[in-house]
Amino acid sequence: MRFGVVVFPGTWSDCDFHYVISEVLHQPVKYVWHRDRNLADLDCVVLPGGFSYGDYLRAGAVAGKSPVVEALGEFVARGGFVLGSCNGFQILCEGGLLPGVLMRNECLQYRCQTTHLVVDNVDTPFTRGLRPGQVLTMPISHGEGKYYAEPDTLRALKARRQIVFRYATGDGQVVRAANPNGSLENIAGVASETGNVLGLMPHPERASETVMGGTDGLLLFHSLLGTLVEDGTFLKR
Amino acid sequence: MAGAEPKVTLDLARGLGLTAEEYDRIIERLGREPSYTELGLFSALWSEHCAYKHSRVFLKRLPTSAPHLLQGPGENAGAVDIGDGWAIVFKIESHNHPSFIEPFQGAATGVGGILRDIFTMGARPIAILDSLRFGDPADSRTRRLIEGVVSGISWYGNCFGCPTVGGEIAFAPEYAGNPLVNVMCVGLVRADQIFRARAEGVGNPVFYVGNKTGRDGIHGATMASATFDEESEAKRPTVQVGDPFTEKLLLEACLEVMQTGAVIGIQDMGAAGLACCTSEMPARSGTGMDIEISCVPQRETRMTPYEILLSESQERMLLVAERGREDEVRRVFAKWDLDAVEIGRVTKDGALTVRQHGEVVAVVPVDALADGPRYEKPISRPSWLADLEAFDPLTLPEPDPTDALVRLCASPTIASKDWAFRQYDQQVGVNTLVLPGSDAAVLRIKGTRKAIAVSTDGNGRQVFLDPRRGAAMAVCEAARNVSCSGARPLGVTDCMNFGSPERPEILWQFAEAIEGIAQACRALDVPVVGGNVSFYNETLGHAVLPTPVIGVVGVVDDAGRLATQSFKAPGQRIALLGPEAVSLGGSEYLWAVHGRLAGRLAPLDLEMERRVQSAVRAAVGAGLATAAHDCAEGGVAVTLAEGAVTGAAPIGCDVTVPAATRADVAFFGEGPSRVVVTVEPMRVREFEALMAESAIPWRWIGVTGGERVVIRSGSCVIDVAVDRLAHAWRSGFERHMA
Repeated sequence: MRFGVVVFPGTWSDCDFHYVISEVLHQPVKYVWHRDRNLADLDCVVLPGGFSYGDYLRAGAVAGKSPVVEALGEFVARGGFVLGSCNGFQILCEGGLLPGVLMRNECLQYRCQTTHLVVDNVDTPFTRGLRPGQVLTMPISHGEGKYYAEPDTLRALKARRQIVFRYATGDGQVVRAANPNGSLENIAGVASETGNVLGLMPHPERASETVMGGTDGLLLFHSLLGTLVEDGTFLKR
Repeated sequence: MAGAEPKVTLDLARGLGLTAEEYDRIIERLGREPSYTELGLFSALWSEHCAYKHSRVFLKRLPTSAPHLLQGPGENAGAVDIGDGWAIVFKIESHNHPSFIEPFQGAATGVGGILRDIFTMGARPIAILDSLRFGDPADSRTRRLIEGVVSGISWYGNCFGCPTVGGEIAFAPEYAGNPLVNVMCVGLVRADQIFRARAEGVGNPVFYVGNKTGRDGIHGATMASATFDEESEAKRPTVQVGDPFTEKLLLEACLEVMQTGAVIGIQDMGAAGLACCTSEMPARSGTGMDIEISCVPQRETRMTPYEILLSESQERMLLVAERGREDEVRRVFAKWDLDAVEIGRVTKDGALTVRQHGEVVAVVPVDALADGPRYEKPISRPSWLADLEAFDPLTLPEPDPTDALVRLCASPTIASKDWAFRQYDQQVGVNTLVLPGSDAAVLRIKGTRKAIAVSTDGNGRQVFLDPRRGAAMAVCEAARNVSCSGARPLGVTDCMNFGSPERPEILWQFAEAIEGIAQACRALDVPVVGGNVSFYNETLGHAVLPTPVIGVVGVVDDAGRLATQSFKAPGQRIALLGPEAVSLGGSEYLWAVHGRLAGRLAPLDLEMERRVQSAVRAAVGAGLATAAHDCAEGGVAVTLAEGAVTGAAPIGCDVTVPAATRADVAFFGEGPSRVVVTVEPMRVREFEALMAESAIPWRWIGVTGGERVVIRSGSCVIDVAVDRLAHAWRSGFERHMA
């Protein structure tokens, strides 16, 4: 699978995703400049974390109108996969590819910490190798990660099973104490109706090697690549 | 020249921070009266902050050479070779004065400044450490400073995309009117691709790149060279305003333009801005520079040459390129939406010539600017020391040791700083193997088996009581932290935070501290690669505790062999390595429990220190030490408590520590060269054999496990639930900030 990692001015998880995709997953990967509209040779586009355009307006607002994000509409329509993490999730919401919005953390401070995520929907390309209710561990690092959607939108999200990850305790309880940023109903990750666009605030690329503290982030990639069996263990290469 | 400029007089020079002698010297160097613009250049470059007038004579004593040293003091930052073709570039700098006046922007631009020092060398910044000192966090004014400083660091570092992996925060009333904000940055570069701040090649173009110039920060360097009074609030316009997004673009553009091969030299516009770069770069290369000031990109109207030269607007660099390759430079900066404007040429006349629309407004020999006055001012041992040394801590009543340990764990200096660290991105770059909260942070070097360990340290109380020994202990402790991770210390960077050097007692403290650092660095065989001196940390005549902050970088050859401070499993043997001599003098116990700052420090044997660190590294490298933790503030009892409470799951211990004159000395006495190590029962014999080879004093003191921390000394026992210690440690600082 051919991956493209988008670079906006102010992106900083681009090198980390590139490293994990090429050095850990051994998949072909290239950087995509924010002014580029040509995504024809890619199967999966990654929108990484960072502060695109400084996030001086609203996080992701300027990047959401960039040429590369405008080109994503057609890319998604023809079945391409899009993964947005952290600022990438904010950009997907601002660009209209995912519903809802990410607001300033409830504590009004930046948060860098480990979180646990419970998997609500295992029928997306990014989660099909996971068990329903499986708990993943991944770090977050953001100041604006409080997910919000209008009541109608939330109802629709639930009806279409677009809520993919919720912040939870280590044993999978979705409780307020496990919510690091005040997100509505502990929502940490959301997919598009078709499932091929996934946005989440946590950083899967920072949980992709044992030495970095865990490999749960790889499960998203292995699901996508079809290199997982159902019980969440890796297929032998 | 512009007609509205003030007339140059001695009074005007004084108003800009120059002395009468310095003013005479300027006239002598120029052979005439300076113009207003020229006087501005001298006032900035001859400020204490830029010229190190009072400190240079002492700084010469620091050891600055080693086989693996690639760049010592004198450039934007120092560099050491870590092998496999890689070098580590690092430096520490203070931003104390701006942070007191405007905590958020002061701290933010402190981070921005040191990041630029690292990437002007061609290195990508991979880690930030912050060494912060404040007054009592129970005080609301101090809390406002802490909140501002921490959020400023968080904002700038996180947006830029460099992880904050370490540092320390300590509290003492002496910092209430003058907090310390020291920031260390560490970068990674190919050893053969280090760039330097040179202006070589007569006729080569000089480019101004990055942010536009405004009126912010004019005379920032001069402001940082004076003490504070009630009027300090009015100095707010001298604090710069940061833009981490532009800094990030500048980083990427600089590293990219360096790859073209068109760059001859590059320097960050930090203190004294354009004035500093246009004089220091040619001064280093024996050349001159001729610049047209009206070409400088400006974001305010009607700025004078004086203002443009002295502005400390952030996120700017001066770059000398190879003639004929100007378009390559412009193309890269255009890609990153940044200004890159040719403002002049390198000349051979050894002068800085500044023109405005062609008309000359300043001509000054660059040597005269870069080579400021040097003073050898009187020093004298403070009279207050005799009384402090005569104080005998054993005249104090002995409290219940269990209560004392709980109080120490809850002392803000010792307690968890998670409140601050969770506001910092600690992992961007996916290199951080050991996160903040252990003795040192550890980062892997991708593509190699290596890792680096980094730590900062500096105990102002110890330096106050005995500057020479206290400063030597700071070097030892920072290096010991690195050794406890399993890394071999390679280099030191020092940030010297002191009061006014015009007071002989303060200058004595400084001179003694430098001597102590020099002795320790020689004994441990680590060079000083560069650093920063911050004098005038005084408000209304009260100086801060003399605080040298020492940053150490070390290398681990096998990143798979590391140790951290927390106990890993029950049933492991606990050893105490190092000498038994400790003292309550200057200890955290004496302050937190008895409210006293007095006494004498424990003896320091530098040869012993070297051997203990070498033994710890050997134990970690052989995979024998499952935990290694340096004994610092709070003595061996706090060291054990931290081992118990800082792991993923708390683990108690049962220990008997060496006896001393009194139980509180045995539990809480502080002394150098001591490390607590845990060892799996299966490997006890191997460990004993290794210790026998290392020729250091050591002993088994107990075993990990259980839900209580039990520490015995003679008939006296500390016995406390590990959960109670954990709660005290977690909430001790945070309860003030919530």
